[in-house]
Amino acid sequence: MISAGIDLGAKTTKVVILADNKIVSQCLELTGIDQAQTAEKALSNALEKANLSRDAVNFIVATGVGRNAVSFANKEISDVAADARGIIYLLPDARTVIDIGAEEGRAIKCFADGRVQDFAINEKCAAGAGTFVETMARALEVDVEEFGKMSLRSTNTIAMNAQCTVFAESEVVSLVHAKTAKEDISKAIHDAIASRIISMVRRVGVEEKIAVIGGVAKNPGFIDSLKRGLEINEILIPDEPEFTGALGAALTKA
Amino acid sequence: MRAHYGYKDGSGEYFIVLDTDQCNACKECIIACPAGVFEIIVDDYDEEVAAVVEEHRNKLKYSCAPCKPTSGYNELPCVKACIPVAISHSW
Repeated sequence: MISAGIDLGAKTTKVVILADNKIVSQCLELTGIDQAQTAEKALSNALEKANLSRDAVNFIVATGVGRNAVSFANKEISDVAADARGIIYLLPDARTVIDIGAEEGRAIKCFADGRVQDFAINEKCAAGAGTFVETMARALEVDVEEFGKMSLRSTNTIAMNAQCTVFAESEVVSLVHAKTAKEDISKAIHDAIASRIISMVRRVGVEEKIAVIGGVAKNPGFIDSLKRGLEINEILIPDEPEFTGALGAALTKA
Repeated sequence: MRAHYGYKDGSGEYFIVLDTDQCNACKECIIACPAGVFEIIVDDYDEEVAAVVEEHRNKLKYSCAPCKPTSGYNELPCVKACIPVAISHSW
């Protein structure tokens, strides 16, 4: 049985191919403007990697914000259901999942069988999402990867007051002009993002163990802020956190 | 499952919480809500449940404002109409 999961996100599209519930191939592409074309391209690239033909795929499940654009999918499921399913496959001990995508943050509490118990999505504000991190890194003129690591070297705690991405950017510029160390600004930004995510996690209730998925899970500065904010020592992160949703979709066969 | 639909922004937290285990998809909330905030969907586990319409999820503060006058309110029409007590508001 070969199944494919396509997670058409706001920024990137992820595909995971499973053969008898084992991952055989995965592929990530920038979503761009034409979502349908990207879905097609990502799927064919993933199939090529696994040396499989399109006909060999028995079932295709789409998820993500652009899931409606995947016309060839046999089934569509929500991001929340896909995330829960995917994380339990990768990390069976996880009960609370924090998924930080490019434009949305989600907090999901799940059962041991991969079903969703409670969930909350921040549908509006970008301040707790991946694009915010990128915008702030740009304002500080550092690479996104370096931006995350920088936060860990901070020696001073300063507070960021702005709630909104646009105002936060001007606050960062003011801090730069006040000769504040970039490391400290980086930490303040990560703390601000984490506090927004934490308030959402508390809505659904914190239950250990906690896992973080989505591209932002690779940012050590954010993970450190999250640990301090939630007052926990351990946060689980899968090896390739951005593929969790696509994996969960692929696991959701008819 | 408790589904939290809404958002948090600089002015506060605006979430409608729907307890899908309690919801029996009776559609009373759809009839009661003057803003058309609710709909019945088939969720990921093939169950019919109430949900917040996507276009309202990022403007609930405004969609629900007519039922929440600043001078105070007693009961919200959606909460009152929901017999199995599946609907609650965070603000």
